[in-house]
Amino acid sequence: MTGLLVNDRDIVFPGQVLAESIEFLPGEDVIREKEQLISTKIGIASINGRFVKLVPLTGPYIPKRDDIVIGKVVGIGLNGWRLDIGWAFEANLNLKDATSDFIEKGADLTKYFDYGDYLMTGISNVISTRIIDLTMKAPGLKKLGEGQIIKVGSTKVPRIIGKQGSMITMIKDYTGCRISVGQNGVVWINGDSPEKEHLAIRSIRKIEAESHINGLTDRMKEFLEQEKK
Amino acid sequence: MNKTYDKRFDGRKFDEIRPMEAKVGVVPRANGSAMFRIGGTIAIAAVYGPKELYPAFMQDPTKGILRCDYNMFAFSGAGDRVKPGGNRRSKEISMVTEKALIPMLDLSAYSGAVVDVSIELIQTDAGTRCAGITAAALALADAGIPMKDLVTAVSVGKVEDKLIVDLNYEEDSYPEGVDLPVAMATRTGEITLLQMDGRLTKEELKKLLEMAKKACADIKEVQIKALKEKYSLGGK
Amino acid sequence: MSDIVRKHTLKLLEQNTRSDLRKLDEYRTITLEYGAVGGAEGSARVKIGDTDVLAGVKFEVGKPFPDTPDQGSIMVNAELRPMSSPDFEPGPPNIKAIEMARVIDRALREGGAIDFKKLCIKEGEAMWMVIVDIYPINDAGNLFDAASLAALAAIKDAKFPKMDAQNKIDYHESTNKKIEMGTMPLSCTIYNIGGKIIVDPTSQEEELCDARITVGVLENGTMSSLQKGGEYGLTIDQVNEMVDVAIKKSKDLRKVMQK
Repeated sequence: MTGLLVNDRDIVFPGQVLAESIEFLPGEDVIREKEQLISTKIGIASINGRFVKLVPLTGPYIPKRDDIVIGKVVGIGLNGWRLDIGWAFEANLNLKDATSDFIEKGADLTKYFDYGDYLMTGISNVISTRIIDLTMKAPGLKKLGEGQIIKVGSTKVPRIIGKQGSMITMIKDYTGCRISVGQNGVVWINGDSPEKEHLAIRSIRKIEAESHINGLTDRMKEFLEQEKK
Repeated sequence: MNKTYDKRFDGRKFDEIRPMEAKVGVVPRANGSAMFRIGGTIAIAAVYGPKELYPAFMQDPTKGILRCDYNMFAFSGAGDRVKPGGNRRSKEISMVTEKALIPMLDLSAYSGAVVDVSIELIQTDAGTRCAGITAAALALADAGIPMKDLVTAVSVGKVEDKLIVDLNYEEDSYPEGVDLPVAMATRTGEITLLQMDGRLTKEELKKLLEMAKKACADIKEVQIKALKEKYSLGGK
Repeated sequence: MSDIVRKHTLKLLEQNTRSDLRKLDEYRTITLEYGAVGGAEGSARVKIGDTDVLAGVKFEVGKPFPDTPDQGSIMVNAELRPMSSPDFEPGPPNIKAIEMARVIDRALREGGAIDFKKLCIKEGEAMWMVIVDIYPINDAGNLFDAASLAALAAIKDAKFPKMDAQNKIDYHESTNKKIEMGTMPLSCTIYNIGGKIIVDPTSQEEELCDARITVGVLENGTMSSLQKGGEYGLTIDQVNEMVDVAIKKSKDLRKVMQK
């Protein structure tokens, strides 16, 4: 097939023509205009057979069903809680999705989750941009304890977690920190010393900055090895 | 009138743009940001959002809304202090800036939300709305807002009988001069901002738009270079 | 700000450190650039860590105020434009911007930074107005100190424009004459989080602060202004301790100015 204008893993920019042939099909963040395929974001080109898509390097978090996110309780109503999950609109956590306990009408809900609490929570449904339902009923979903909260670009989360969690496990092993990463880019860190937490934060920032440069795993291993001393 | 404008005030060729510079990520608090300098004009643009739009009746249930806010720093000009607070001029420029950017943006994933673009002119020497649009397009790309193309903008015009590109302050304020700011998506060739004050023939307009197209292509190269500097070298 | 972050921050402060491993009385890296923009008669850009503030000076000619016919005048204005923080809205300066401008104005005025008599052009008829405008480019915490430093440096950088016989300014012609400055009153802001005293908070730390005091400090350690902020009270002992830290730290800020 001819007409491809970029290589796999090239960094591309909005408005860039990626291919000039009807043989190729647009994947995520790529649009077709006549025979051309156009990039709509800053990202890494990913070519899979006839499909040309982007792995974006920047962009807002957009909620998706089954995402695990870290949200902050910002509202409490009669039927449950409202959480800030780093999206334009708050998400709902209904009583029945929060706990198996029987809660009487008018009970004090702050006993479960109070204003300002951070929850590791799952997105159970995205009805529209403005109606997003959350659940606490899945393994690993919980209220987070005392710790540091940092925010990273949500497009970098897959690299911070790594394949089967390999990257985040490596950071946890080297620093001894407890770390939770939400797909919305909110990260919770709790370690045994300020220095260890700082190293964990610096590692995550380093991945965020260098996620698209080859050899990330080896580079991170070297970095952690060196900084641990 | 005697035609004496044989050489531009700053010695440039008639179709020559002033020196340009762009940098992405200059406002770390923002979701996306960029600085664009053209000659003595420096614009900084910052993008916040998508975020919930208040009041709710202004929300569009089918797509996100773009809101631009153009402002000049009080000490940005070499002349009198610019009184802070908006005026009719800044309101109109904010509006035409929105219209210059929106045709290239895809805000369909952000229904009910707003993307705010804040544009500040920290130093001015003519061509401020164009510099603001060029910076804003870069900031939107940096924020990861999907777009069909990066919008670029430049002012073209006329002093006496000479058609010129990228007017500076002296040319912009020349008696009976023409100022014609143009924004363009160079890939598709679409014009998204077109304003003019002065007197111009149809033929002159045709020539000026061609000159603007060429200049916009050069400006786009500066935009892409700035994006590469941030995104190819590890975001430093 | 949430309880878990506050608890954790206090735990770090208890160990005499912060999430970026700074000491409690340690500033982030400070840089100062004189003459940062061309339009103003004087300007300065100050960065404290990621906090970035630009201040500029414009001169105007006005009629002296009736009660001070032999003096010029100064005006300080700050605008917290939406570009620099998700918390700022467009529109006229809000109370936070007004407070910042007024506190910096008082520190300058009462500290005697400028000899207003030297700004008189003709008694009862014409005077120089020195107008300082302050704009954050990026708010990553502690705008107060960055703004004060930038304002002072912009005044120090300023050169009078040319003026014709009718007292009309030609902004395109500069003279080499500078504003004669007396002692330099610097503002240093000290924050209290749960009884712990810190300087130069990041924006995350700033949200956790219970109270702050901005202290205008002169070269000899005398104070020229005070402003307490925040939602909680302070004991006399806390105030004394915070003022001590301000006087000590203002010496470091002063070193940045002298470069």
